[in-house]
Amino acid sequence: MADKKRRVIGRALRKVDATAKVTGATKFADDLAFPRMLYCKLLRSTQPHARIVSIDPSAARAFPGVQAVLTGRDLPIPFGILPVSQDEHALCVDKVRFIGDPVAAVAATTEEAATAACDLVRVEYEPLKSFASAEESVENPEPRIHDYGDSGNLHKLIDLEFGDAEAGIAEGDIVREDLFFFEGNTHLPMEQHAAVAVWSPDGKLTLWTSTQTPHYVHRALAKVLEMPAARIRVIATPNGGGFGGKSDPFSHEIAVAKLAMITGRPVKITLTREEVFYCHRGRHPTLMSVRTGVKKDGAITGMHFRSLLDGGAYGSYGVASTYYTGALQTVTYHIPRYHFQGARAFTNKAPCGPKRGHGTPQPRFALEVHIDKIAEQLGIDPAELRLKTLVPPNSLTANYLRVGSMGLGQCIAKVVEGSGWKKKFRTLPLGRGVGLACSSYISGAGLPIYWNNMPHSGVQLKCDRGGGVTVFCGSTEIGQGSDSILAYIVAEVLGVDPFDIAVVTADTDLTPVDLGSYSSRVTLMSGNAALQAAERAREILALHAAKQLNVPITQITFAEGRVFDANDQKRGMTFAEAVQWAEAAEGTVGTVGSYTPPMSAGTYRGAGVGPSPAYSYSACVVEVDVDPETGIVRVPTIWIAHDVGRAINSAAVIGQVEGSIYMGLGEALMEEMAYRGNRNVVHKIPSLLEYKSPTTLEMCDVITYLIEDPDPNGPFGAKEVGQGPLLPVMPAVANAVYDAVGVRIDEVPITPEKVLKAMRAKGKGEAGRVGPTSFPEIPWPEPTRVPTPWEGGDGKALRSVHA
Amino acid sequence: MSNESKVKIALAVNGESTEVAFAPHKTLLEVLREDLGLTGTKHGCELGECGTCTVLLDATPVLSCLVLGLACAGRNVRTVEAMATGGKLHPLQETFADLGAAQCGYCTPAFLLTAEALLAANPTPTRDEIKNALAGNLCRCTGYIKIYEAVELAAARMRGEKAEASRESLYGR
Repeated sequence: MADKKRRVIGRALRKVDATAKVTGATKFADDLAFPRMLYCKLLRSTQPHARIVSIDPSAARAFPGVQAVLTGRDLPIPFGILPVSQDEHALCVDKVRFIGDPVAAVAATTEEAATAACDLVRVEYEPLKSFASAEESVENPEPRIHDYGDSGNLHKLIDLEFGDAEAGIAEGDIVREDLFFFEGNTHLPMEQHAAVAVWSPDGKLTLWTSTQTPHYVHRALAKVLEMPAARIRVIATPNGGGFGGKSDPFSHEIAVAKLAMITGRPVKITLTREEVFYCHRGRHPTLMSVRTGVKKDGAITGMHFRSLLDGGAYGSYGVASTYYTGALQTVTYHIPRYHFQGARAFTNKAPCGPKRGHGTPQPRFALEVHIDKIAEQLGIDPAELRLKTLVPPNSLTANYLRVGSMGLGQCIAKVVEGSGWKKKFRTLPLGRGVGLACSSYISGAGLPIYWNNMPHSGVQLKCDRGGGVTVFCGSTEIGQGSDSILAYIVAEVLGVDPFDIAVVTADTDLTPVDLGSYSSRVTLMSGNAALQAAERAREILALHAAKQLNVPITQITFAEGRVFDANDQKRGMTFAEAVQWAEAAEGTVGTVGSYTPPMSAGTYRGAGVGPSPAYSYSACVVEVDVDPETGIVRVPTIWIAHDVGRAINSAAVIGQVEGSIYMGLGEALMEEMAYRGNRNVVHKIPSLLEYKSPTTLEMCDVITYLIEDPDPNGPFGAKEVGQGPLLPVMPAVANAVYDAVGVRIDEVPITPEKVLKAMRAKGKGEAGRVGPTSFPEIPWPEPTRVPTPWEGGDGKALRSVHA
Repeated sequence: MSNESKVKIALAVNGESTEVAFAPHKTLLEVLREDLGLTGTKHGCELGECGTCTVLLDATPVLSCLVLGLACAGRNVRTVEAMATGGKLHPLQETFADLGAAQCGYCTPAFLLTAEALLAANPTPTRDEIKNALAGNLCRCTGYIKIYEAVELAAARMRGEKAEASRESLYGR
């Protein structure tokens, strides 16, 4: 919805980088080349779990063209994205933990020579027992994949209880328990990760890299290379897609930096597509159990949710991912008492981490299918049931998440009406069906990865006497439009054309820190920082313009490149003249802005994951066409409504919605990280051909409704859109398949094999269901008990009886 | 290898005759990016799976990662760099930019060239014909919809019609 008072916000403008993108002028990391540049290749482990007995790089070093070879001992300091999981080495030191773990790095004058030399590095392994699933790791505490973690091969164990959940569940007229499994899948950005390092003899290092988080790469380089951060410059090149897969500091970034330091020459690496699968950090395969007490009218009385995550070989964001599998269940439907238990296992597979929706698509799938089953059991329309149980706006949840604006009711109403839900649900002929699901997502995390009191996002703004404005911000353009958001917000406040604004981003030498493009945080956080910097600049300019025009400062207006008297638009000056008057009076016109999220309401251990300045909401209806002969599921249309608070650029918002639907459709129907558990845990399909993702032929039509319920914490009321709309797709597809052919596929992806298997079972009079049937015994810790807000709780945990 | 002797071929790149010397095993993708400095052509797999490296060879879309440079002697290669002329964007580039059909922009050059070849052969493609023509190009950002709309809008304008983007595609419903 375009706001008439606003000239930029809400309009479907071209993105500021669109011209460079469509002309091929955008420089991605692999497009960079420097004189005398060397090429780096990594040797990766061929074993899923093994001790490294010896590494002999001598033959590789002697190979023509090779300038340097590194092994683990050259980079002995561990790193990792989270302070609690510093468990990675740039190159493995004593052992390897998955097929694809980097073992050695070669720099040579050509890529061919580097590749050939990698083959000459002799590595002797002593194989260890390997684990291909979370269940295997639960059963086998030894041998340990890592020498840290909460128990055996369990990396993290969480037990949080908000009120007496068992008593709450017992109050239900019905109690329902369901088990679900969500298979792992990967981001699959079209751009393979690439990085170029340049070392200068004055002791300065520059790294260009396709990362979503230059600030954290900066930290990791300083730590591992033992260099002052001030001597390291990290520049995030525009990412050719990220989706969370470029949010960790990576081995290849550290390796090229070290090789540049040793050789004194620029060093570049571009991963092969196969290596991108080994970098992974994608969706955790997750087994879930949900047990809920519900009154006859649909009111939830209590819920117990358990999740077991297959983390792969390293920590990555996994501790946060595990908390996220329990955090956001409470922000859609009112859950008065809630018990969450989450466990993350290490396995000998590529490390899992944050993929679009980070830890929340799996439990959202479970919750939304579970609710669909509850609605059927109670004989209530699933849309009606959800509408009855919505969390009210401006409220606290059982786990102390502060919900602000909440447009889910409007979202449900829109898609129910638009899709013709009431006429279609349970009435379409065999093979056709509709399913509904909802979701919510954070607009940035309330707490930073490294806990401190500094802002999460900073902006510097410079006004030029020629009328140009430059915005400097650490935020990283990954295709989502973050550079444009900065320009639009500053343009709105200063009344200038967004295309007159230069945007300088993601350069640790030039730009104030922004934590990175993850958690859907950038529009809200860097947007608020830009808003503050622009408002401060407007104050300075208005002061001096008012003096020159001899009108009260409150009457000064900024629009269309002019600064003028609101009561007499002819009395005014150009924006450039206003800058000149201010510059003459005060010197260079520059301001700063920053943003720190509000304090979390909860203070219990674990309260750091889930709080956000604002939550987005989505509802979708999926229509499916299931072939009862083949089990093939086709999706002709998805109706989606998304509560974005306020669309800064509606076309960009719709682009994020459609992209999310697309990615969710892939997760629902086909995408999976498949390994051969019985053949050394080798990745089955590390290629774009074999890892199935939707092409134009599988993609559905999408009908998008934007719900704008401005949130007081967002810039101009804006909330997130990049991740939330993905979440309801998978459960809505599952619910639609049930409506179409009467079978429950309680796991994704929903492949034709699973649909046929369930239909055949149903035909034989068995349960028409495919999905997990048990949840393993986990050594859960003593729960952290937190009284709910409505029981007089204050967000603190009760003292443990053992303390 | 670095000391491997190079071969030299003559070809036309973006309408200009040129000669280029390169190691004989190099693909057209590598010759364009590394020897001719035309980095607008991208790569996603270098195995012919994703369509990201598509260029036009004698006006036909090809996967430049699967074509040997040597096979291009005497032929015409067109890359994204030639689409804008005289400082003005091609109609497809205009609509891709205006509708947000380019998000990260990495697959965009390939989509643009594939669409250009489609419109040269069929100025009035249906939505299904567009989907079929673009089925070999993967995009992970857009969900393809804005790409279809951009191709349709550009096609209309290239036919001389006065066409604008629909309100729904820019503002939703």
